[in-house]
Amino acid sequence: MNYSNISYRIFPLGDTAITIDFGNHINESINKEVVARFTQLQQQPLPGMIEAIPAYSSLTILYNLFEVVKKKKPGTTAFDWMKEQLEERMKLPLTENLLATRLIKIPVCYATEFAPDMHYLATTKNISTEELIQIHQATNYKVYMLGFLPGFAYMGEVDERIAIPRKQQPQNVLPGSVGIAGKQTGIYPFTSPGGWQIIGRTPLKLFDAARDEPTLLKAGDTVQFVAITKEEFQQLSIETIE
Amino acid sequence: MSIKIYKAGIIDTLQDGGRYGYQQLGINPGGAMDKFAAQIANMLVGNNANEAVLELHFPASIILFQQPALIALSGADFSASMNGEKIPTLHPIVVNKGTVLQFHKIVKGARCYLAIQGGFVIDKWLNSYSTNSKAGVGGYMGRSLQKDDELFFKRNEHHAILLGKKEWIVLPWKADDQWENKKCNELLLLPGNELNRMTDKSKEKMFGLPFTISNQSDRMGFRLRSELLHTTTQEEVVSSGVSFGTIQLLPDGQLIILMADHQTTGGYPRVGHVITAHHSALAQMKAGEMIRFRLASQQLAEELLIKQQQHLLQLQNACTFRVEQYFNANRH
Repeated sequence: MNYSNISYRIFPLGDTAITIDFGNHINESINKEVVARFTQLQQQPLPGMIEAIPAYSSLTILYNLFEVVKKKKPGTTAFDWMKEQLEERMKLPLTENLLATRLIKIPVCYATEFAPDMHYLATTKNISTEELIQIHQATNYKVYMLGFLPGFAYMGEVDERIAIPRKQQPQNVLPGSVGIAGKQTGIYPFTSPGGWQIIGRTPLKLFDAARDEPTLLKAGDTVQFVAITKEEFQQLSIETIE
Repeated sequence: MSIKIYKAGIIDTLQDGGRYGYQQLGINPGGAMDKFAAQIANMLVGNNANEAVLELHFPASIILFQQPALIALSGADFSASMNGEKIPTLHPIVVNKGTVLQFHKIVKGARCYLAIQGGFVIDKWLNSYSTNSKAGVGGYMGRSLQKDDELFFKRNEHHAILLGKKEWIVLPWKADDQWENKKCNELLLLPGNELNRMTDKSKEKMFGLPFTISNQSDRMGFRLRSELLHTTTQEEVVSSGVSFGTIQLLPDGQLIILMADHQTTGGYPRVGHVITAHHSALAQMKAGEMIRFRLASQQLAEELLIKQQQHLLQLQNACTFRVEQYFNANRH
């Protein structure tokens, strides 16, 4: 794949952040570019950069205005300077290591008690529960970005046969719940109001403040769901707590 | 060395300059709503500007000092008293043990900051003292303060000797928190990337009409009420970065301004960004207050933020000098 010719637009996000936008789309190759450029910035931060936030098709960089103004030319803005720096960065090639991805296997129990929306989804899409579970597991999903809650990963794309719009009214969702919204799938790290259709639950902790890396997933990961029984779920829950 | 919460306030949390570097994991920066005021409170007691402070909302906690301390209040004026007698904000105050700090009514503003010399003894989580209530971590046990919570502080500069039998002493210098001649309730905005999605009529309204801060407003965001605003397109905005001060147009036609506990990304049209230099004024506004927006240039937004920072640096130098001088002169 050639990543060097991807088109982009740079705009200010207020007076202390700048966004590079690769087109308002959910698309795997665009997201690959976002994550690779993000990793590149983590390895070699821009002067004055505080942090970077990768999203589906854009990358936002927060900067320390007081550091950046020292560098800008008279008559220009700190934003102008950051924009130039970012444009220079975009000329750098993306090496293989920036495109590397981790494969993370996530056990999911699809039992009825963990899947309040399974029946609705299966009926609406006119497929059996077994088929639905099989289809959900058959795909390796890409983590496009984290957001909404600490550790909440937006993943895609789910097979058209099990894609379903989110609920009109959010309902209370328990931690570890695996849901589908449109062509995306995700896992709730906390108890939270949520609109995604819940089809199962993982015993893994998506977020744990005590871990060095508090979130299980990060943008760019590849996720594979593995069906487990209720017994396995209980066993893994105990191990997770220990 | 500690203070004890004698009676809990509605939502009083430990905050600092914010938790940066983890937004890629969906971990929001949090931090003080009014960082300018929080820094001033710290400077008054000779602290590092981003030391942890207590952010108080009204009705605020009643606080008992179990040991002598040097403190300062900034931001909102909640008519504070020590053992029942009124004390000023923006002054350093030496407080004796057994003294009770209380807040009586909202005179001005929405968030009051309490700094203690040396800062609080708590663990940082991901490099910050800020409370992340959603994840239940950071600050004091990841939550707002409750009755009987005891917060330890770091250092004692022999205030007991200075105080003698006095319950408290207000030190004779005051921080100036006015750095800009600004029209009351007018906030300057930078255009958001999706501002051009608004109809011309809605744009006119956005920069013409007053907006009321609704009571559905908290540390995550201020929801505004006014006439409905419309976009020319229904095209979805794919979730993308947002920031403190970002103004989003919600599907119901009303605006929301994202505040300290905002989510890291958002999928609604970003129609503007309150300039950072005006975040302090914004954070001190309450439900029911009216605001007006005016567009600014990138250059003006940057200049105002630098001006505000210069004011803080001057204040820091002056405070450091006064604190050292005072304690040297009164050392026995």
